[in-house]
Amino acid sequence: MSVRFSDRSARLALAIVAAALIALAAAPLWGGRDDLRLLAEIYAYVALASLWNLLAGYAGLVSVGQQAYVGLGAYLLFALTILLDVPALLAIPLAGVIAAALSLPVAALIFRLRGHYFAIGTWVIAEVFRLIASQVSALGGGSGISLPIAIVTSIGASRQEREFIIYWLALAILVAVLVAIFTLLRSRYGLALTAIRDNELAARSNGIDVTRVKLIVYLVTALGTSMMGALIFLQKLRVSPDTAFSVNDWTAFVIFITVIGGIGRIEGPLIGTIVFFALRQTLADLGSLYLLMLGAVAIVVMLKAPKGIWGFVVDRFGWQLLPLERRLTGAS
Amino acid sequence: MTDWINVIVQGVLVGGLYAMFAAGLSLIFGVMRLVNIAHGDLIVLAAYLALVTTQSLGLNPLASLVVVVPLMAAIGYALQWLVLNRTLGDDLLPPLLVTFGLSVIIQNTLQELFTADPRKLQAGNIEYESFPLIEGVLIGKLPLIQFVLAVLVIAALQLIFYRTALGRAFRATADDSDVAQLMGLDNRHVFALAMALSLAVVAIAGVLLAVRANFDPTIGPARLIFGFEAVIIGGLGSLWGTLAGGIMLGVAQAIGAKLDPGWQILAGHLAFLVVLAIRPQGLFPKVQG
Amino acid sequence: MPEPLLTVRALDAFYGDFQALFGVSISVSRGQAIAVIGANGAGKSTLLKSIAGLMRSRGEAIVFDDDPIGDLPAHAVARRGIALVPEGRRLFPSLTVEENLLIGGQGGRPGAWSLARIYELFPALAERRHMPSTALSGGQQQMAAIGRALMSNPKLLLCDEVSLGLAPIVVREIYARLPSLIAEGLSLIIVEQDIVQALKAASHVYCLQEGRVALEGAASGLTREAISAAYFGV
Repeated sequence: MSVRFSDRSARLALAIVAAALIALAAAPLWGGRDDLRLLAEIYAYVALASLWNLLAGYAGLVSVGQQAYVGLGAYLLFALTILLDVPALLAIPLAGVIAAALSLPVAALIFRLRGHYFAIGTWVIAEVFRLIASQVSALGGGSGISLPIAIVTSIGASRQEREFIIYWLALAILVAVLVAIFTLLRSRYGLALTAIRDNELAARSNGIDVTRVKLIVYLVTALGTSMMGALIFLQKLRVSPDTAFSVNDWTAFVIFITVIGGIGRIEGPLIGTIVFFALRQTLADLGSLYLLMLGAVAIVVMLKAPKGIWGFVVDRFGWQLLPLERRLTGAS
Repeated sequence: MTDWINVIVQGVLVGGLYAMFAAGLSLIFGVMRLVNIAHGDLIVLAAYLALVTTQSLGLNPLASLVVVVPLMAAIGYALQWLVLNRTLGDDLLPPLLVTFGLSVIIQNTLQELFTADPRKLQAGNIEYESFPLIEGVLIGKLPLIQFVLAVLVIAALQLIFYRTALGRAFRATADDSDVAQLMGLDNRHVFALAMALSLAVVAIAGVLLAVRANFDPTIGPARLIFGFEAVIIGGLGSLWGTLAGGIMLGVAQAIGAKLDPGWQILAGHLAFLVVLAIRPQGLFPKVQG
Repeated sequence: MPEPLLTVRALDAFYGDFQALFGVSISVSRGQAIAVIGANGAGKSTLLKSIAGLMRSRGEAIVFDDDPIGDLPAHAVARRGIALVPEGRRLFPSLTVEENLLIGGQGGRPGAWSLARIYELFPALAERRHMPSTALSGGQQQMAAIGRALMSNPKLLLCDEVSLGLAPIVVREIYARLPSLIAEGLSLIIVEQDIVQALKAASHVYCLQEGRVALEGAASGLTREAISAAYFGV
């Protein structure tokens, strides 16, 4: 007996994804400045939502504090470039690695909490990071700091060159994040995650080291989130505690995207981001009314269609965009 | 020296308020394993309700409790019955996400109605009066009243939980909701009453908050976090432990503020993290039966 | 002949896709004790859960005191006068013995049962009234669970495997209390694996086998062989 993954329609979908990737990589050729900025933002949210989805939907670690790592990545980037003269492009992955290392003692603390209390614990961590950041005067303290011109020009000589590079970086990080998630889920860790999600006690008694699996997922999520955070703020050219650690921008929106798209399904964040940006383009003028509506939509989706849009589609039509369902083929 | 005594006294007194933030939170968690992320925003909502009540009826803030408490209790009952009861179950995502959505809705609704301008309720001269405890140590009358109120609220909750039929219903439903139904208890009604009680406490906390300091629509999440930290420091399952937790948090924040005003909140978080690191079950956890 | 107190008519029960009961029909008259016996998995507990309202059915499938109750939730059924002593006792661990009894009476039904009468029936409970319910022995917990059910002043008492895990002498002690309850007009459905006790306590017996009624009749009129055959389905 063996474990088989793909399905013909799933292979077709994979081909479509590859074609889309090529088209997007070529965007600087066909897109204007605003298009590139918008796309980079979309990539950021798809990545952040996919990582949150991995943490909450697959590992059952519901965090409302991932802004901790977005901000940590951002601040590490600024610290590495401004204070330690690390080249900007190298600083992004470096920030990710350092943030991942820091996520280990954080996990050691907050893994002592369970369920709902774990969620609030993650929020406390984010607040601690934010308050510490606002105490670091070398990086502007409470008002934050802008990226010095010298560092900006080191990314690329012309504005256009810089925008292209940042755009490709965003795409590259997104692809790396998605590939990492996909690989993880297809590995035996992914199987362990599904088991844990279904029944943690049973998973434990089957010899799965639940804590280790969760720790790995937490680490990977921290790595990816902080790298994306570093990139986001590299593009913004300015960081401050309130923007870097904003609950609204990096948690509320991410959660809404994942909930509406479909939790615990790899395609969910992609669908959710598209819906989110479509809504934003049409409703953004409404200010806090827009946030209010998002909140209401999230509640309604959670109550009426808890599996989100993609979950509903899967249940109804049995589709699957990316081949993740394991099928046991028997010896016959 | 007396400086430090003052600091500790202030910390203890504000700790009572934190304990009240916490009490409503731990009550709900104890009865239905639900953490209401909108808890802090509901405290702020109560503060705004008090604002509207005092402005339109010309009442003294503390007298506005007569209106705000029943109103918030009713809101709690309706909220649980209509929305939150549907989210209960083994999966923790629905209640968490729904209450998160609720938090966003409340904050933005208050923002639309009242703008982001800071407000405060005036309680009159009592805000400035104080009396000396010992040589050089002054206790403000209002903070003392607030502390005493907090202790009374916690004592009342203890009484309700352990000496009344309602409390029995809460404990039984928390233990085993199926068998509780066999006793003729409708779970939906029991949970809704628990939320009503929690929001009644939230109402008191909100009014006290409104009198004590400036408030605006965005300060909810911080109150949630303080309440949560007080619960964890004090120990799960124990209401008096929650009071101790609140006091510890208040004192930690006061000490932090004394060292450097920017460190006030951070000091509280650090105290919480230290407790989490060395005694994760809290200082006075209830022995689980 | 007056209408039976409880009539179960062609009751089906499902756990998801799995069918546990197939067209089960039983009836209980006022002041009557019936026994439902059967092997593990025969559907006895499912039958009691359906009657008690923990599992929903078609309204007309269960008629109690001339009212269809099949689709009512458990708390509504309890208020009509049906009390279930659940399998495994399931006392409330956060409550003391006395609080467990008191909560039994919180459904608001009027009647003759009170703490004093329960303590008279089960003196062992009186001595331990303020202890946490978890501190009781198995037999005492069973008495407390029965007492808790009685406090609701039921017309019909459902006993699910009262003898489970208890020493025979304790089982005898508990069953010794039942005749007086029946004499006062309480109706009983006793689900048991201990057939001897069940046959002694009840006037009428139903034997379930894989979700169906395989045998029924007056307790006195059934032979060992007939019961074995129905029990095991041979």
